Amino acid sequence: MDTAFLTRWIAGIADAVRAERDRLTELDAAIGDADHGANLDRGFGAAVQALADDPPAAPGALLRLVGGTLISRVGGASGPLYGTAFREAGRSLGSSGEASEVSLADLARALRAGLDGVTRLGSAAEGDKTMVDAFAPAVRALETAVSAGAGEREAFEAAASAALAGAEATVPMVARKGRASYLGPRSAGHEDPGAASCALIFAALCTADQGHG
Amino acid sequence: MVGIVLISHSGPLAVEVAALAAQICGTAVPLAPAGGTPDGGLGNSTELVAEAISRVDQGDGVILVPDLGGSVLTARLFEAPEVVVADVPFVEGAVAAAVSASTGAPLRAVLAAAEEARTFRKL
Repeated sequence: MDTAFLTRWIAGIADAVRAERDRLTELDAAIGDADHGANLDRGFGAAVQALADDPPAAPGALLRLVGGTLISRVGGASGPLYGTAFREAGRSLGSSGEASEVSLADLARALRAGLDGVTRLGSAAEGDKTMVDAFAPAVRALETAVSAGAGEREAFEAAASAALAGAEATVPMVARKGRASYLGPRSAGHEDPGAASCALIFAALCTADQGHG
Repeated sequence: MVGIVLISHSGPLAVEVAALAAQICGTAVPLAPAGGTPDGGLGNSTELVAEAISRVDQGDGVILVPDLGGSVLTARLFEAPEVVVADVPFVEGAVAAAVSASTGAPLRAVLAAAEEARTFRKL
């Protein structure tokens, strides 16, 4: 995967977030502060613009630029979280990220580093009703696919469906982290907006892959 | 003197807590609010927090006091050896930190004073 693939991925996320903006905001209105859709729309829109203004030469630099843009432009809790995820993913690519292409295994390792960054920053674990409930199973599915020698398409589809299942599984959970945790039992019965947006991010990997050639 | 930055989702909330703390501890303490988004909405801004940190940094360290949720995450992005996040109630923690800072106490002592605010009893 090269910078063209990653640029398609980020553009695909921006499109998906824009299309689902109202749904994300409704989910956030139920248990948060009703700004998740607007915040992510602004953040990923700014990331697409940043990549167009000054296209990074390598995958690692590209992911770091996306992370930095999200941190400075999102404005809600998801800014530091997704920003850290992309920044740490970019950093973990290290010298291989400065090559023009990264392998599926490199990307899986990078997303694992991104997930580690998110869990460190937010001190969240699976079951806390956060984006980690979609992020963690998606990374595991990707890693399993890599170990099994799967191709990109199959690996991305596995990750996307694991993220979606993880997001749906947050519905009955009682939030233990983030703004929703102040609601206690009242947070049950609603899908976590961060997990929902995380599922969109992994679904966009499939779209970016299909857009290849 | 140790600097203090109050990070809230709300600009006016951070401004008013800073005013309250300054009234109690005096205006010598470098204390800056960093609430809301640059356009005045509810949210957090790394830009406003970075500005506030540089405004209160006198070389003795800076304590960040976040209110809740995203403010905590935003504060943690700035963690460094001399920039620490206080896990304290917003109002009581800000006042306790400001009072301690006003005595010229070092960073760790100001942080410890702020953390005592977690167990303050009102009744």
